[in-house]
Amino acid sequence: MTDLITQAEQRLLRPGGLSQGDLDGIFARLMGPSIDAADLYFQHSRSEAWVLEDGIVKEGNHSIEQGVGVRALSGEKAGFAYSDEIVLPALLEAAGSARAIAQAGSAGVGKPLAIATGRALYPAIDPIDTLSNEAKIAVLREVDAYCRAQDPRVKQVIVSLAATLDTVLIAHSDGTLAADVRPLVRMNVQVIAEAGGRRESGSSGGGGRYGFPELLANGRAHAFAREAVRTALVNLESVPAPAGNMPVVLGPGWPGVLLHEAIGHGFEGDFNRKGTSAFAGLLGEKVAAPGVTVVDDGTLAGRRGSLSIDDEGTPTQCTVLVENGVMKGYMQDKLNARLMGMAPTGNGRRESFAHLPMPRMTNTYMLPGQHDPAEIIASVPRGLYAVNFGGGQVDITNGKFTFSASEAYLIEDGKITRPVKGATLIGSGADVLKRVSMIGNDLKLDEGVGVCGKDGQSVPVGVGQPTLRIDSMTVGGTAA
Amino acid sequence: MNAIVIDKDTSSADLARLSDIAEDVIRRCRAKGASEADVAASIDTGLNVNVRLGEVETVERTRDRGVSVTVYFGKRKGSASTADLDPASIEQTVEHACAIARYTEEDPANGLADPALLATDIPDLDLWHPWDISPEEAIRLAVEMEDAGRAFDPRISNSDGAAVQVGASMTAYANSLGFLGTERGTHHSLSASLIAEDANGMQRDYWYDSVRAASDFAAAESIGRKAAERTVARLGARRLGTRDCPVLFTPEVARGLIGHFLSAISGGALYRRASFLVDHAGKQVFPRWMQIVERPRIPRGLGSTAFDSEGVATRDADLVTDGVVARYILGSYSARKLGLASTGNAGGVHNVIVQPGQDDFAALLKRMHTGLLVTELMGQGVSLITGDYSRGASGFWVENGEIAYPVEEITIAANLRDMFANLVAVGRDVDRRSHILTGSILLERMTVAGED
Repeated sequence: MTDLITQAEQRLLRPGGLSQGDLDGIFARLMGPSIDAADLYFQHSRSEAWVLEDGIVKEGNHSIEQGVGVRALSGEKAGFAYSDEIVLPALLEAAGSARAIAQAGSAGVGKPLAIATGRALYPAIDPIDTLSNEAKIAVLREVDAYCRAQDPRVKQVIVSLAATLDTVLIAHSDGTLAADVRPLVRMNVQVIAEAGGRRESGSSGGGGRYGFPELLANGRAHAFAREAVRTALVNLESVPAPAGNMPVVLGPGWPGVLLHEAIGHGFEGDFNRKGTSAFAGLLGEKVAAPGVTVVDDGTLAGRRGSLSIDDEGTPTQCTVLVENGVMKGYMQDKLNARLMGMAPTGNGRRESFAHLPMPRMTNTYMLPGQHDPAEIIASVPRGLYAVNFGGGQVDITNGKFTFSASEAYLIEDGKITRPVKGATLIGSGADVLKRVSMIGNDLKLDEGVGVCGKDGQSVPVGVGQPTLRIDSMTVGGTAA
Repeated sequence: MNAIVIDKDTSSADLARLSDIAEDVIRRCRAKGASEADVAASIDTGLNVNVRLGEVETVERTRDRGVSVTVYFGKRKGSASTADLDPASIEQTVEHACAIARYTEEDPANGLADPALLATDIPDLDLWHPWDISPEEAIRLAVEMEDAGRAFDPRISNSDGAAVQVGASMTAYANSLGFLGTERGTHHSLSASLIAEDANGMQRDYWYDSVRAASDFAAAESIGRKAAERTVARLGARRLGTRDCPVLFTPEVARGLIGHFLSAISGGALYRRASFLVDHAGKQVFPRWMQIVERPRIPRGLGSTAFDSEGVATRDADLVTDGVVARYILGSYSARKLGLASTGNAGGVHNVIVQPGQDDFAALLKRMHTGLLVTELMGQGVSLITGDYSRGASGFWVENGEIAYPVEEITIAANLRDMFANLVAVGRDVDRRSHILTGSILLERMTVAGED
């Protein structure tokens, strides 16, 4: 951690002539009798992205953003200001604006800053520099050619490679001084296939908190390419999805977006403190079928949703949300934990220095059960087998959620038969997990593609689950 | 220093500074050997105030700056951006863009806009109305709005808060053809989100207003009351059995439907052949009575602009005439890919107006007679490539032209091609809070999935 602090100070404070000692003066401006807490979030973010389309690498972009967010908290109130200039006058002005929410009073001070200790879940590398530009271009071209060689029906291929390095330094009036250097890489492959006048698309991709060599190891780029082509070709054969209630079998991995939408958001501390979540007041109650255990785990090394520390400097942890069907815990940031008399769980996250932190998920997944996935499919006389999804949405107050399948099949007499298109699933978070009747032994986490949006802020997340049978869900297709 | 100083209107000086930066960037690009270049420099400022249950929740001051540069070396392109307007950062950003252009490949469609299409007149579109409101006044206004909603009905049991948002943005765009244009605009909004509860559970809904000038706002109390009315109306929502029936979209959700049409005739989707409306220019997509136009220069319009993000002059044009696709939505790049000319839509559409029909909302309910009124949609189940549409919905069941009861946890599905071809009517209840202006839209038939 000391190394990270040094690295962060060099990148964030030194260019503007600041040092750790200046932070005390800023806290003196922020704190006061009616201010419960305050924090500073310094961030430098460097990103690069390359895109291949029509067989040529046509776009490349590089961007740099930096700044500092200053927050003062008084009870449930938050004053917030930020500056994209990390220099003392701008910081003092932002501090003045942030604390203006609280009543006037004499200046106070925060606790002396002490370096928080933590474990690093990813290397402090700049992922952009882990591969030469020549090599990045070569990868894009090679994946394009590989996709086109798979099948003559492939008409369009779009491949992208992206990398970001985030360096953050967090100082909190509770004495926390923490830093993190966060690499993130990602590859995406999108394919359009055409046959007999019909066009369909398929996409795949993945990534995590490491460099390009790890992303490209073990033939993963080819695996993304094959998956994108396979999905597009499957969809070319698809028939309209059925409409109505039926048993649904969800495949392992990314379909865990179900957990993210159906219960995840409803377990975030802010909605529960305010009493606006359908799960408010249900701690200790049965919210899922026996055998269902769901966790939010920010500690998985190298995962897209993982963080060594959250954006308030709290080390991330594995939080049990549901244990054997019973609601066990919330995901908390410092503000909501304090107001609810609980401990923070390392879920305080923000999109950037220009956004306020709030409770957010990291990697949310269900633990495996006993059933063989083949046995689960064989148990369904007529239903839907959904293996891949676009995205989902939830209304946390009434608990209704929806997510849309990008690859799904009919199950007839216990066998997977035809692919179907346009299947949207809808349900109620409060009861969908009560209808889980079989849990597979094949837990899988997603490939590293998730982006979660809340209150206009996007953060990278992960999801996962084993194969699941849900006895009844509403499938929104068009076929009778 | 606890008092907050109200920002003075420094926009003229800011625009002059952004113009200087933009021209400086073009010079730096040329000095590095770029054959063509363009740059956008911007400053956005704002104040966001949220209250909940009568108390301040957040007060946020925002100020974002950015410079984004694109350079061309012949037909090779590179781009870079920075949030730091310091000359050293700008020099570095230009270098990054040039470095990238050394690795990208030649694309014949690359380049700046056709010089003949660049805007030569930049009229004042009455978009600049700074709102001099202090955080204290904004808090009072938000509390007023929320209070009016909370007092509306005893079943309003909780609140997700009321918000006042004040925003101003300034942009300078320059390119190496000698074009330099500046624009400034303000954008403010009021919103309230409330929660009602009865024996069946909780429901939440919201209402808002969105304007260029604060004097155009609906009364804050009326926004709070409308949020409360909508929230209470959802209590006791039921599910529907699976069926086919007519569907009426309120203007808030109808504009999403028009948005899908606009995406499907946009250059990017067309040249990739990733749209169900590929090769549909000049073809009948809507019924013969349907007219859609773009009017980019409406005074105070939420989507108004005199030039697009490449400096191309915007102009009035038909998008759909008598139900036929009159033109696509193109920037220079997609236009060249399709062998057409830019339509001044780099960066998107400006003000799109769906010609209203004769029926008001009540008349549309009568006309539908029995069917589903959709007030909210959920999820992303729309495929532009096939037109397949399947989304989560909530709203009301309508019987004999009257709202019967609220419904939720259902999906509606059809194909956009059929939905567009079989539009029954557009209402005259036009929602002005968006750059897509449409009334309610009545559709002949969709598949509703719910309980058995």
